Amino acid sequence: MDWLNTIIRTFFDFGAMAEVLPQLLGVGLLNTLIISIAATVIGLVLGMIVAVMGISPSRWLRIPARIYTDLFRGLPAILTILLIGQGFARFSQSIFGPSPYPLGIIALSLIASAYIGEIFRAGIQSVDKGQGEACRALGMSYAKSMALVVVPQGIRRVLPALVNQFIAIVKDSSLVYFLGLLVSERELFRVGQDAAVLSGNLSPLVLAGIFYLVITVPLTHLVNYFDNRFRTGRRRPAAPSSGLKEVKELDAASPLITGSNT
Amino acid sequence: MSLASNTANPAASQNQTFHGSSLELKNLTMAYGDIEVLRNVSLTVAPGTTTCIIGPSGSGKSTLLRGVNRLHEPKSGDVLLSGESALKVKPDLLRTRIGMVFQHFNLFPDHTALENVALALWSVKGMSKAEARKRAHRSLSEVGLAERADHRPRDLSGGQQQRVAIARALAMEPEVMLFDEATSALDPELVKGVLNLMAGLGKRGMTMLVVTHEMGFARKVADQVVFMDEGEVVEAGAPGKLFDNPSSERLQRFLSEVL
Repeated sequence: MDWLNTIIRTFFDFGAMAEVLPQLLGVGLLNTLIISIAATVIGLVLGMIVAVMGISPSRWLRIPARIYTDLFRGLPAILTILLIGQGFARFSQSIFGPSPYPLGIIALSLIASAYIGEIFRAGIQSVDKGQGEACRALGMSYAKSMALVVVPQGIRRVLPALVNQFIAIVKDSSLVYFLGLLVSERELFRVGQDAAVLSGNLSPLVLAGIFYLVITVPLTHLVNYFDNRFRTGRRRPAAPSSGLKEVKELDAASPLITGSNT
Repeated sequence: MSLASNTANPAASQNQTFHGSSLELKNLTMAYGDIEVLRNVSLTVAPGTTTCIIGPSGSGKSTLLRGVNRLHEPKSGDVLLSGESALKVKPDLLRTRIGMVFQHFNLFPDHTALENVALALWSVKGMSKAEARKRAHRSLSEVGLAERADHRPRDLSGGQQQRVAIARALAMEPEVMLFDEATSALDPELVKGVLNLMAGLGKRGMTMLVVTHEMGFARKVADQVVFMDEGEVVEAGAPGKLFDNPSSERLQRFLSEVL
């Protein structure tokens, strides 16, 4: 049973895990969540702008949106993060100070916004054309009909895809370590990695991995739940009623036809 | 309730509450890309009268309606609403004066019946939300749906949904109403109710342009019937003349197929 002992010592050294647990919780998990949530929020805002530009009737909005999307979706995340994190380091220093942490978040946001923009665009375009037409026929402007009717319906449809995107961001947030973070700024992966060097085995990284799963797996199932719920829809359960009943009700209650309300 | 009898002189109707405007199409030509789907259509609709447009599919009936409120911009010709060119007004402003009812209702699924009606009242007409809801409620009771104000479209029957759509258009107090095959998607037993509602509007002085396949409605309610085919007006006139004495061979053939 030598191999079993090796496996346990390498991956499941509980002593090493217990030692790193406080740091993983207090520093790693906290930073991973801060980075992911901040990148998602900024990504959602930018993504919505990119999506609305991408379906605009004007090509001067459409083309820049297209290029932006192609660029940030087409490049490897690590490359974008390094280019932005190091390329704008001096610029960032004058605003945020020496830490590359904010630039990491911005780089992740830009990548996320390209994907989220596509998600929003697909959602908005899947809304029946008649919805926008009904708005326009009532005298609503293009912007109002989008903001009040079309976009909200589109967003609701893509909620599952957005949760998936958040999961992707959580995982990509580990790449920020490339920029060289302060000790207190390290996210899950970096904390696990540093501890693994000290303990001489991979157990701290395994524990970091478990933390990632604790965030992502419940979300994956939440997506499935959402998905089912949105596909089947919430309906008041009602017994089928005869169309003739409605005819009767119409005859009885249509003051417009008899003119008694005027 | 039977269908309203021929409203030759709707101005004499005792319950006139609408002030429909006149509508005139002058050599209206419309195209999708290079394909002309409407050619040189001219048509006069007197204030407070109902004009029914009939014709086979692909004849340009729906396109004509969409040209009137400029959901699709005409290629040439003119549309006169109350004597002034609709093409010179801002489209959004024009559309507040022209109500439209669609074949598939196009209600907003995430809004209740009341919110469907109220939305444009506050977002376009600038009413306060409370005021808009009050007006919407009145509009819904006019179509007999006051009790279903809080239902979402999917909890309403097709007939009820179309009545909400009519209430939504009427709440804006339009001068002209356009109906694009408003009963084509309804269960057969619910068609009459919606047609009655439409006939009632005509009786009360609304100017209406109605694309329909309901020949009974066209015959009884219309002041004028227009038969279109292949993007042109083939024949127009009083319903009695068109249905009993069609002069063109195409209308004869069409009627022999649908009646």
